[in-house]
Amino acid sequence: MSLNRREMLAAGAATALGGLPRARAQGGQVIRLGVLTDMSGPYRDTTGPGSVVLTQQAVQDFGSRGFQVEVLQADHQNKPDVGANIARQWFDQGIDAVVDLPTSSVALAVNQIAREKNKVHLNSGAATSDLTGAQCSPNTVHWTYDTYMLAKSTGAAIVKTGGDSWFFITADYAFGHALERDTSNFVRSAGGRVLGNVRYPFPATTDFSAFLLQAQASRAKVLGFANASTDTVNCIKGAREFGLQRSMKFAALLMGIVDVKSLGLEAGQGLNLTEAFYWDLNDRTRALTERVRAKNEGRPPAMVPAGCYGAVLHYLKAVADMGVPAAKASGVEAVNRMKAMPADDDAFGASTIRPDGRCIHPAYLFEVKAPGESRNPWDLYKLAATTPGEEAFRPLAEGGCPLVRS
Amino acid sequence: MADTTSITALAIPDHAKESDGVWGFTRAQLVALGVLVAFLVVSPFVLYPVFLMKLLCFALFACAFNLLIGYVGLLSFGHAAYFGMGGYLAGHAAKAWGLTPEVSIIIGGATAGLLGVVAGWIAIRRQGIYFAMITLALAQMVYFFCVQAPFTGGEDGIQAIPRGSFLGLFPLDQDMAMYWMVAGIFLLGFLLIHRIIHSPYGQVLKSIRENEPRATSLGYRTDDYKLMAFILSATLAGVAGATKSIVFGIATLTDVHWSMSGEVVLMTLVGGLGTVFGPVVGAAVIVTMQNYLAEMGAWVTVIQGVIFVACVLAFRRGLIGELGALLKVKL
Amino acid sequence: MDDIFGIPAPLLFGQLLLGLINGAFYAMLSLGLAVIFGLLNIVNMAHGAQFMMGAFCAWMLLAWAGIGYWWALILSPIIIGFTGIVLEKLFISKLYKLDHLYGLLLTFGLALIIEGVFRNEFGSSGLPYRIPPELSGAWDLGFMFMPIYRGWVVVAALILCLATWLIIEKTRLGAYLRAATENAALVQAFGVNVPRMVTLTYGFGVALAAIGGVLAAPIYSVNPQMGSNLIIVVFAVVVIGGMGSILGSILTGFALGIVEGLTKVFWPEASATVIFVIMAIVLLARPAGLFGRA
Repeated sequence: MSLNRREMLAAGAATALGGLPRARAQGGQVIRLGVLTDMSGPYRDTTGPGSVVLTQQAVQDFGSRGFQVEVLQADHQNKPDVGANIARQWFDQGIDAVVDLPTSSVALAVNQIAREKNKVHLNSGAATSDLTGAQCSPNTVHWTYDTYMLAKSTGAAIVKTGGDSWFFITADYAFGHALERDTSNFVRSAGGRVLGNVRYPFPATTDFSAFLLQAQASRAKVLGFANASTDTVNCIKGAREFGLQRSMKFAALLMGIVDVKSLGLEAGQGLNLTEAFYWDLNDRTRALTERVRAKNEGRPPAMVPAGCYGAVLHYLKAVADMGVPAAKASGVEAVNRMKAMPADDDAFGASTIRPDGRCIHPAYLFEVKAPGESRNPWDLYKLAATTPGEEAFRPLAEGGCPLVRS
Repeated sequence: MADTTSITALAIPDHAKESDGVWGFTRAQLVALGVLVAFLVVSPFVLYPVFLMKLLCFALFACAFNLLIGYVGLLSFGHAAYFGMGGYLAGHAAKAWGLTPEVSIIIGGATAGLLGVVAGWIAIRRQGIYFAMITLALAQMVYFFCVQAPFTGGEDGIQAIPRGSFLGLFPLDQDMAMYWMVAGIFLLGFLLIHRIIHSPYGQVLKSIRENEPRATSLGYRTDDYKLMAFILSATLAGVAGATKSIVFGIATLTDVHWSMSGEVVLMTLVGGLGTVFGPVVGAAVIVTMQNYLAEMGAWVTVIQGVIFVACVLAFRRGLIGELGALLKVKL
Repeated sequence: MDDIFGIPAPLLFGQLLLGLINGAFYAMLSLGLAVIFGLLNIVNMAHGAQFMMGAFCAWMLLAWAGIGYWWALILSPIIIGFTGIVLEKLFISKLYKLDHLYGLLLTFGLALIIEGVFRNEFGSSGLPYRIPPELSGAWDLGFMFMPIYRGWVVVAALILCLATWLIIEKTRLGAYLRAATENAALVQAFGVNVPRMVTLTYGFGVALAAIGGVLAAPIYSVNPQMGSNLIIVVFAVVVIGGMGSILGSILTGFALGIVEGLTKVFWPEASATVIFVIMAIVLLARPAGLFGRA
């Protein structure tokens, strides 16, 4: 066993039941992080245990700089009231920052509480761009992605490669509408056309063939899936079965490496999708992957856990810079320090944080490899286009974040 | 097997021969009520008030559900629809229309009651397992509506609902102030249900549960009675959901999902179907469990499933029912 | 091109055919529920979970033992049906003398346990399962592109449903079964081992769900929640058809699949609710269901 002491500490704290950090003699010299994520629901595989592992890795890579870091974890079960309750109790018991928060409803609820208690909210898992828009908070950093970025990277980049007429299959709820609306805008402003859309009831639909036939009849060049996880997988499986790949290119507007793995390369080949992180992107991402792979059930990190890594590492650097007591005293000050310092980590490279809490880094459009091109079980993507950070995210002035005006 | 003669009914205590004590409470129930009130007064100084408010909301929800199963013998598997809808309307009223919390909660309860009129009118045409499946299907329809309707905010839910001021006078931003209001609503709802059961109307409900054809032959329009019970139960569930959304400042899809319907069944089953205090205790057990098992991840659903199975196989009277049997009193 | 209500006729035929495929799954699942209900008087809330287990079993056979689709189609129902028999022996058989609602609550608890365990073991994002090579590809029907596998699903479902109906209505075994449904004590008195028949019936109903799962595996994502989304719709189908009738549940399943398919063309947003609306109307007009006895 080659576990060092800090790893054992972190692992011990993570598995401690009850969530009550023990009071310590040196009180002020411990930073406590709580990973609040989906351990049991539909996002477990893309966030969940992976986010905990990558948070611990960030603590380890940060090293010891005169203070200890404890990592706790809890499952919000995708219920906003459960998440809010845990966050409230954590904050009252001395947790300094909550990490990850997938599921938009939970993230927005916890966002309020972090602000009320003046703690730090390091979000990686939520998709809603409201976190840095109408509901932005001086206590929040939204690190990894949002619906605007996905739409921009996928929509604009595909039009540039010739996919200039689109049809959308959209989940009929706010998230699907936002993805479709944003992507349509980018397609049009890049000179493309939207030929039609169909909105299907969410989450009640398992068979998409009826909608696929309507898409086929539209004769569009690109078929955009404005939905997520198993719905997207079912859509793509069906589309391939009905032979749509012969006349159309598929674009999944929110899809991650875990979904592609579940779809399989046979059905997924040629699919376009956007991520902010891929393990095989460059030497630094590969180095990070080597460090965590064994702890992560042998898998490379996915995008959202990688975002936890970047956010936590940068937060700890800011804490070291301003001193532990000051960081513990005010979440706003800690986040301000994060915004003032340039960030740099193995997962995202150099990045910055805007006044509205948005972390700025490039977005990558990937194409899923054919089975013959893949050299190992996780060799799934090839890079198709890169959107620089300044273009990938919603401009500061358009978000309607009250912090920006002041 | 269709051998109906030997079938044992639901393990619901028999209320037929109760002596009328104060407000229809027996002496043992009065003692239990005293314990409950004392708990309501003391607990916020010892335990976390937000946690207690959540517990009380679910306790009222479970009591409302128990009104149907315990006293009419109808198992609704779709009560989340009324709970969640009450929450959405109260949240919308407080946030978009700027109404005071008590008015918002009344609006939430009234909406749930109206929904109960429609759903009840359809569902009471069948009994037993059919009733359960029909209520489940109707609740699923409500869920789909909430996902698509613009005012619910889809999967984001309604966020940042203001707590406002009670009657426009007393601000509820402090957890303790909010707590007293929630405790008041809970106690009112709890006593109201008890009053209903012990009214002449409640006696007819019980006779329907025991023997519907006989009640019909005595000249009671049993469908009207059942519908009325359904509406009352839906309204109170709506009040519980409305209160919860004001407390937490959020109203989301979780509260209309079928798993929430399952949870309230579980709470009532654990506490004891048809007991007065069982739903309260059951809600306390399940809410506490969810809170402290948050670190257990996916095992939470498995544990809930195990409790379901254990209750059905070995523990049909529930905690309070078993306690009552032990002490030979009705609780 | 001819238009029907503003929709090109080929597209409409295509959608009708697709509706039939969905109907095949509804029919298979509601048939299983009806068979179990007929003899056990239990609403099997775990039916969706057992459908999911069938699909996972096919995946496990392939991934862990290299056993392909065709053997899975036979083995998976046997294995999952056997787990059903174990469940019946251990738990469900204890409830026959109690109110039927307890059966519903128990199987709901079992469904929670099964889904939770699978989610812990396999995660929630789903596993890949390929269409068998013999059935991949598609026929060009002129008016649409028909994937061969989807056609196979309809044919397989029809065969299964008809066979089940024949067994129950035309064989001696089926006669015992129907008799036991009417009066178990009397049939027992004639020397038929009714408890064993009940156990096997439950296993058979579960096996039907598992076959549905195997048929679904190549076209839908294989994930732990794949059954629970479907099962509530199937409950509505069962209420519409009326619980007691075998043929009724088959016909209603296929018919509602087609209705749902057509809704997807004319008003896609309503396609999830149409079955529930029909359920409400049927209940108002015929509380016992279309094929049920009052």
